[in-house]
Amino acid sequence: MAKILEVKNLRTTFFTHLGEVQAVRGISFDLEEGDILGIVGESGSGKSVTSLSIMGLVDEPGRIVEGEVLFEGLDLTKLDQKEMSNYRGNEISMIFQDPMTSINPAFTVGNQLREVIMTHTGMNKEQAHQRALELLTMVGIPEPETRIKNHPYQFSGGMRQRALISMAIACNPKLLIADEPTTALDVTIQAQILELMRDLKTKINTSIILITHDLGVISEICNKVIVMYGGMIMEKADIISLFDNPQHPYTRGLMLSVPRNVTGKKARLIPIEGSPPDLMAPPSGCPFSPRCQHAMEICLKKAAPLFKISDTQEASCWLHHPDAPEVKGFVKVAGEK
Amino acid sequence: MENRIPLLEVKNLKKHFITGVLKNRKVLTAVDGIDFVIYKGETFGLVGESGCGKTTIGRTIIRLYNPTDGEILIDGIDIAKMSEKELKPYRKKMQMIFQDPYASLNSRMTVTDIIAEGIDTHHLLEGDAKQERIYELLEKVGLKREHASRYPHEFSGGQRQRIGIARSLAVNPELIICDEPISALDVSIQAQVVNMLEDLQDEFQLTYLFIAHDLSMVRHISDRIGVMYLGKMMEITTADELYENALHPYTKSLLSAIPIPDPKSSIRDRRVILKGDVGSPINPKPGCRFASRCRYAKSNCFEVTPELREIKEGHFASCHYIEEINGI
Repeated sequence: MAKILEVKNLRTTFFTHLGEVQAVRGISFDLEEGDILGIVGESGSGKSVTSLSIMGLVDEPGRIVEGEVLFEGLDLTKLDQKEMSNYRGNEISMIFQDPMTSINPAFTVGNQLREVIMTHTGMNKEQAHQRALELLTMVGIPEPETRIKNHPYQFSGGMRQRALISMAIACNPKLLIADEPTTALDVTIQAQILELMRDLKTKINTSIILITHDLGVISEICNKVIVMYGGMIMEKADIISLFDNPQHPYTRGLMLSVPRNVTGKKARLIPIEGSPPDLMAPPSGCPFSPRCQHAMEICLKKAAPLFKISDTQEASCWLHHPDAPEVKGFVKVAGEK
Repeated sequence: MENRIPLLEVKNLKKHFITGVLKNRKVLTAVDGIDFVIYKGETFGLVGESGCGKTTIGRTIIRLYNPTDGEILIDGIDIAKMSEKELKPYRKKMQMIFQDPYASLNSRMTVTDIIAEGIDTHHLLEGDAKQERIYELLEKVGLKREHASRYPHEFSGGQRQRIGIARSLAVNPELIICDEPISALDVSIQAQVVNMLEDLQDEFQLTYLFIAHDLSMVRHISDRIGVMYLGKMMEITTADELYENALHPYTKSLLSAIPIPDPKSSIRDRRVILKGDVGSPINPKPGCRFASRCRYAKSNCFEVTPELREIKEGHFASCHYIEEINGI
């Protein structure tokens, strides 16, 4: 499989008047053609800033301070805004969390959709109109001929998200980034949208990065996962390894803190004590160390590299070091990656 | 579950909002004839999608909204039509925890003032005794004494929610209405707050009405659950019974839509994805509210509104064809 995206040592910092907020602190990952990569993390983990960095949408006072974003081998961070806009919407596009604020309320859905198509493909208005109808049908909007004349307020939340997806896929992008696309939606609508995304992946052959805080959503449609915390990658794995055998204490903590719901006796939830790190003054070692029950002296001083557990799984935790004490369930590996 | 004493009984509760003026005047039937009972010491979960009226029920019970019709019995006494003055002693019995820990705390008040407000209103304690009580409450919810003089902006979301919980406990309530108390919190923090709510329930014999849309958390925390759809109760039963033997077609599709954090789960292949959107609660048509999305709907469903009936012991559902659908 060809690599469509390579992120190398990406570092994005916001220079606010209160100090530097290190939102993304040196992360690297690859995306292969046809992957649906899930990035899971809590608020402040850096997952959204990662996606904005890829899209070249980090606004002042934020800046990519280090690293490369290679899209089909070309470093997007070196492009100026004009060059970047040839990629944005064409090759890479994005769906945001809140379908109401990312769509213009003053124009009809058709108007906005045609604009996207005409800007990027050079079609005339009539052709763009036909293409818009085709797209609305593809994303499952009933009676597209009528709906295309509607304003966004006449759409329900789920329909707006469908309309946004239709704009995002208008130019058959090679990469689609979806930032919490279903968080604002009800579960029955969420199931519809996830079904639609799965379906679109095969129809238009796009690779997807799905950002979410919900491990359930991840396991529904992703084949690979990155777990982020405090601006760093804690674990990267294929979906089966991650859920079968999580190799980072944070990943485990996340999985234990959601209800397992067995009938009969109620099992108590096992929370992760403490709260997420302050990114203004991140802990010097592993960002999870202040909350980690296995934390050792080295964890507080130095963040662990990604240890390669298997061909499909890497975890950034010192417990995998050959000299670390034995902890049940954590595999030790000979060398660092 | 013997000798259960009802703490709260809601009978035919209706809350309608009027929107628009003159010829655009419309009636939004947020809650349209709901009956349920909450017994002392239990947690009653209320679930449903946005717009189903679950929050409105919570706010009407606590009389933040005046009900359009129906009765709200607390220990057998109807508070639905009481004046504000008559209501005051009952306000002490019911408290509320809100969804948004940022909007529900006054940013100009210190933690002490926030928690003390209820104590002052009901003239419960004064002076040192009051301050001591505030320290005690803070410690109960996992905060520290020194937090008492701080302002809400100095706390994280999870800590703010703890302050909200301490405020609700300050007047020794019997019933706490938890309106999506964890949905604004991070996953790792949610479990902390849920565990704390469970501990507090044991310690103070609290009764909870737990309103939420996160179905797996509701199952975890609730003894019994009511499922709502567009202002109507679709099904009520115990938590385990609901998740294992749901009877109503809406409950079934709602449960089937929950994303499962297990990539190998086979449920995915059996999933029924509900078509269409939730309808509008404005000027609803007669008949079952769910009929337009229900795959079992017959013409009758669009004409006659089904009543909530007891199908099995302690298991209520409102559907004309529940026996037929479930082969009972």
